[in-house]
Amino acid sequence: MIKSYKFRRHLANGLIYLLLAVLGIIWISPFVYLVLHSFRAEGLIAVPYLIPHEWTFQNYIDLFTGSGGTASINFPRWFLNTFVVACFSCVISTISVLAVSYTFSRLRFKARKKFMNVGMILGMFPGFMTMIAIYYLLKAMGLTQTLVALVICYSCGAGLGFQISKGFFDTIPRALDEAATIDGATKNQIFWKIILPMSKPIVVYTVLTSFIGPWTDFILAKIIMGDSLDNYTVAIGLQKMLANDFINTYYKQFLAGSVVVALPITILFLKMQKYYVEGVTAGGVKG
Amino acid sequence: MTYVEYKQLNPFQRFAHNFKKFIVSIPNALARFFKTIGRGIVNFFKAIGKGFKNYGVTFTKGDWATKLSYLIFGIGDIHKGKYYKGILYFLSEVFYILYMVFFGWTFLSKFDTLGTVKTREVIDPGQIIARKVYGDNSMLILLYSVLSIVITVIIFAIYISNIKDAYRHQIMRANGQKPTSLKTDAKEFLDGKYHVTLLSFPVLMIGIFNVLPLIFMILIAFTSYDKTHLPPGTLFTWVGFDNFSSLFDVVNNSKKATTFLELTKWTLLWAVIATFTNYILGMVVALMINKKGIKFKGLWRTLFVIAIAVPQFVSLLLMNQMLQSNGAINVLLSHLTGSNVEIQWLNSSVFMARATVVIVNLWVGIPYTILSMSGILMNIPEDLYESARIDGASPFKTFTKITLPYMIFVTTPQLITQFVGNINNFNVIYLLTGGGPSTENFYQAGYTDILVTWLFNLTIGSQDYGLAAAIGILVFIVCATLSLIIYNNSKSMKDEEAFS
Repeated sequence: MIKSYKFRRHLANGLIYLLLAVLGIIWISPFVYLVLHSFRAEGLIAVPYLIPHEWTFQNYIDLFTGSGGTASINFPRWFLNTFVVACFSCVISTISVLAVSYTFSRLRFKARKKFMNVGMILGMFPGFMTMIAIYYLLKAMGLTQTLVALVICYSCGAGLGFQISKGFFDTIPRALDEAATIDGATKNQIFWKIILPMSKPIVVYTVLTSFIGPWTDFILAKIIMGDSLDNYTVAIGLQKMLANDFINTYYKQFLAGSVVVALPITILFLKMQKYYVEGVTAGGVKG
Repeated sequence: MTYVEYKQLNPFQRFAHNFKKFIVSIPNALARFFKTIGRGIVNFFKAIGKGFKNYGVTFTKGDWATKLSYLIFGIGDIHKGKYYKGILYFLSEVFYILYMVFFGWTFLSKFDTLGTVKTREVIDPGQIIARKVYGDNSMLILLYSVLSIVITVIIFAIYISNIKDAYRHQIMRANGQKPTSLKTDAKEFLDGKYHVTLLSFPVLMIGIFNVLPLIFMILIAFTSYDKTHLPPGTLFTWVGFDNFSSLFDVVNNSKKATTFLELTKWTLLWAVIATFTNYILGMVVALMINKKGIKFKGLWRTLFVIAIAVPQFVSLLLMNQMLQSNGAINVLLSHLTGSNVEIQWLNSSVFMARATVVIVNLWVGIPYTILSMSGILMNIPEDLYESARIDGASPFKTFTKITLPYMIFVTTPQLITQFVGNINNFNVIYLLTGGGPSTENFYQAGYTDILVTWLFNLTIGSQDYGLAAAIGILVFIVCATLSLIIYNNSKSMKDEEAFS
């Protein structure tokens, strides 16, 4: 009896291992394909086999030197653009998000509930419904097709994403605040000296998500930048490489570029995975 | 039904019973929802009424400086020795008047018609080529009118606070108190009024780049702004609910109405299928990974998490290329079957394209479910399982009686959020199929387009701004109603302070 139970358990586990392995392969194989073919030397777009026949670094070299293509495709420039935008919007967004979450979590004032509800409702409009209006607003300010416009767009709405970090702040015992207040600390000091040092996971999470945002968004960037190729970010740049005029020359460089963009973000994300889970469950379990 | 009766039902009957209960509870939830909104509106008007009363009372009780504050901002404060605040009040009034006289009023005065002077071509004497003389620009009139209205509302709030402050200082002087110094006030902004300090910057940003454009776009939905009314060349004007009625004009069988109806059906179908397949299959995989006795949990999880970590536009553009007729998927199938496979995944039949989108969405979405579920699974109290084991429950029984109910209980709000997210799931559709297979039967849309991608096509492609804004509002109403009902009923909202 015991033996058969053990056998059954082993069988079940074996099946699960098999299933997980198959699923894992399905999930990972597109990326393996991406990496393999970014080193492919022959062919233009699609080839009728899965493993490249000749290997080369040329696609990466072309991508960064701009040789073997038109001057309008300038990947290093796009990379730098995105990096600059990401750094600035990261700083501004992080400050906004943390300030708003701390306020809603810890400070009590008359319009608090109203502010929170309005914030939630604003977050529910389809994001690109306002795109056109934002475009004209930026145009009126003379900012379209500039990187400043992108920084503004990525960081202005950041304050609305306060839910997760507020959920985290809510779990920090309030007794700490009270003790500090009795010792004469102001709310400002409590924020900097007590809450922030205790919220490392959520701070890291906020910093990383807002840093990654500009690398992945492309709708807003596309509308703001239009045809100003010099100010493109990597996302719209890579999509540009797949346009009909370019795809024959640039398909393999697109693959290489995708690897260059995806690799650092993947590593960052795997590093912060722990924080993501902590943040989501801290805010979510109560739900 | 009593508890005992309920316990005697088999699982299917229980499900039917619960489902019925849920359906029956919807009208109540809706009623409660609208009641809350109604109460909010009543309270709002009550507050306004009270405000007017205070306004009058303060005037009769005020001294000359307070009374003068009704006309000139800040006089009361300056008279009582609160110089910096009084000067700030005064400057805000000066700014407002200058803004209105030199800028705002020129636009605001045309708000009712959105401009009447058309752009025309003029031939100057002695010239052959006509010169364009630009008339009113409806777009700018609308934009700056909205800006002026927002500024006016803000100034009005400042005006009220100026009067209140003047009266407060008058009473303080009557009681022999001195107004606080700038230094004390500054300190107060780091403690008692810290919320003002923290919120001012984010609120300003959100106000300019979220609220202002939103008001603007909502107003656009009631105008004739489209490619034949395109400023600065031509004017557009108010048309009332025409954009909305053209979407519901099923009687005349107009193309827009058909498109709207068909896309709405597909959007809802898509949201339901995408949400449930992701949820159920994601939960299955998460349970497998987290099962006791399964090793390398971190490895399995990482395999799936990579799919989240790679930016969506990369993975979806890649998928799009792989699903082309000569792409990697067909190559793989050719190798496996030994014959030449050329399946048109994305642009032949409607069903094929839609099914492909749903399957690719599984590939995109399941990792998210796994990630959040894993966190929750680890949080199930271990003692529940222990006591079940002691009572002799089989693994299957523990699963159906403990794990499953716990998961469903905890993740229901997430399910709704995901449903709303799928209604707005722009990336998957736009990057994968671009809306195709294309059709002549729809207005500016293909068979896999959902409402939000149609909205995008209408704004970027065919410049039907008015129509697009109307669709945006309708999508918003559906999403907002759903979210608010859930949000108001969710536990985290009711006992927000449970953990503090």
